[in-house]
Amino acid sequence: MSELFRRYGSGITYTAIGLTAFWLLVLVILPYAGLFEQSFRPYLPVTEINGPNDHYFLNNYLVLFSNAQDMTFGIGGAEVTIPLPIHLWVFFITIVYSCLATLLVLLICYPIAYCLAKVMPQSLLPTYLLLLVIPLWVSELMRSFSWYIILSLKGPLTIVLQSLGIITDPIHWTWGMNGYSGIMIGLVYTYILFMLFPMYNAMTSLDSNQIEAAEDLGAGIFRKHWRVIMPHCKPGIASGCVTVFMLSASSLLVPSLLASPKSRWFTEVIQQWMFETHDWNAGAAYAFILLFTCTAFVTIMMRVFKVGFADIAK
Amino acid sequence: MATKPTHAVLQAYSYVFLIYLLLPLIVMCGAAFNDSRFPTVLPWNGFTWRWFAELYNDATIWQATANTGMVALAVVALSVPIGTAGAILVNSLKGRSRTLLYATMIAPILTPGAVIGISTLLFWYKFNAPAGLQISVLAQTSFIAAYVMLMVLARLQSFDGALEEAALDLGASHAQMLRRILLPHLYPAIAAGAVLAFFQSVENFNATQFTRGASTTLTVYVGSKVRTGITPSICALAAIMIGITIVGAIIYEIIRRTNLAKAQALQAAQ
Repeated sequence: MSELFRRYGSGITYTAIGLTAFWLLVLVILPYAGLFEQSFRPYLPVTEINGPNDHYFLNNYLVLFSNAQDMTFGIGGAEVTIPLPIHLWVFFITIVYSCLATLLVLLICYPIAYCLAKVMPQSLLPTYLLLLVIPLWVSELMRSFSWYIILSLKGPLTIVLQSLGIITDPIHWTWGMNGYSGIMIGLVYTYILFMLFPMYNAMTSLDSNQIEAAEDLGAGIFRKHWRVIMPHCKPGIASGCVTVFMLSASSLLVPSLLASPKSRWFTEVIQQWMFETHDWNAGAAYAFILLFTCTAFVTIMMRVFKVGFADIAK
Repeated sequence: MATKPTHAVLQAYSYVFLIYLLLPLIVMCGAAFNDSRFPTVLPWNGFTWRWFAELYNDATIWQATANTGMVALAVVALSVPIGTAGAILVNSLKGRSRTLLYATMIAPILTPGAVIGISTLLFWYKFNAPAGLQISVLAQTSFIAAYVMLMVLARLQSFDGALEEAALDLGASHAQMLRRILLPHLYPAIAAGAVLAFFQSVENFNATQFTRGASTTLTVYVGSKVRTGITPSICALAAIMIGITIVGAIIYEIIRRTNLAKAQALQAAQ
């Protein structure tokens, strides 16, 4: 700190500290703390705020476990009906499908990142990367919207599959519980580049001689990747996984464009609290649950891949 | 290296992947020119410009575009100085305090947009500042400043601190040193940060959705059109945006290749 004053003088130093403090305190820490505090308060009319009824309670969180609805599952031909708290179910589904989307994206991207970093002729690479950047720069909205067109009933995908004779009746990609397949297709397409670029960057920094050495010493394809290449690009993989999971779990556009009211996403429940029920405190509690989940995912990734926080956020 | 056949398979796979990424965008652009009530390319009902005309005549789109531009400029104006100041501060610290400050600055990037939006909305509501685009600016700045900070910090790492010492030793004031030595070194990163901040703001949906109140931005307007019924005029908008992106990417590539050629010519001359 004294180094800072010596180098930049008090005026500049205080300005820098002031700007950073405004950012971190007023825009980040205090709003997050406020969100946490408000999530424990009841939702009251303005006149009763700070009144006798305004006390801390857990109801905003407990409501996640109430409102049981009968859910029917087909297990081995038999249909089983279990009463399940609907919000908890949506939360669970959101986490499971977000993990699945992250895993799918990882599996699809790994060979491409390897190919771009180590196999693709250097002369072709700039053009390839330029073409990749186009979908990245076109916004998240437009990327999900393109699949809204493709998956629509009697849309291009159905017509192509029908003319190839693969299907006869149109598939309701985004209807009912099928909506989750619409969401998966959308999540993978919309967020895949957030996995590819960190992984590609990590792989380019690997010395090709190490790969050759592994081959010369008799490592097969699987061993070469598992023992040499994967460990090297752990930071890239961790960074990609964290980004894709976070974007998937908190996505609003993909589920609203590519799913039905029957296949809901946790963010849509939050939105319902905020804009339909107008219970902002329950909305705050649910938002905090989402934040907690994402933080937990980051922590798990850091442990699993044994990388630091700075490696993940680049 | 591995045997040739595996390389051929890998490269073929990479090209299939490229087609997978680009084909949906081509389909979307195609739908903008299809004379059909629904946004689709098949069945093809003939070529038309009418969706562009409909887009042009949509007053809400123009209002939303103006809002988007103002929000994005405000976000740039806030996040560039904040991010630059944050980078200079974090760069001059060491040890635990640096780690802690850095982690706090990065946290908003890893926070879901809905959480950023709701926490900002609730916080300012307590001070009687109702939802509106000004709250959206604050919500967006909270994480976009972190992108600017990362870009400036990366540039600061290649800065030779001895230059600052030299300037001060030769009698420059602190402000002169900042203006003549440090900032000129940082300008490329600051400019890139400003461009990134602008586009991040334009495409933001989640944080804006929760904070915007009754106002609307382009992304939010299109996103919410799903419920009221989508016409192919949205495809026309998409086609325009993709067109701008392609032009931008080509310009960027031309600049990059010119610079590369210049550098090579310079090397050859030496």
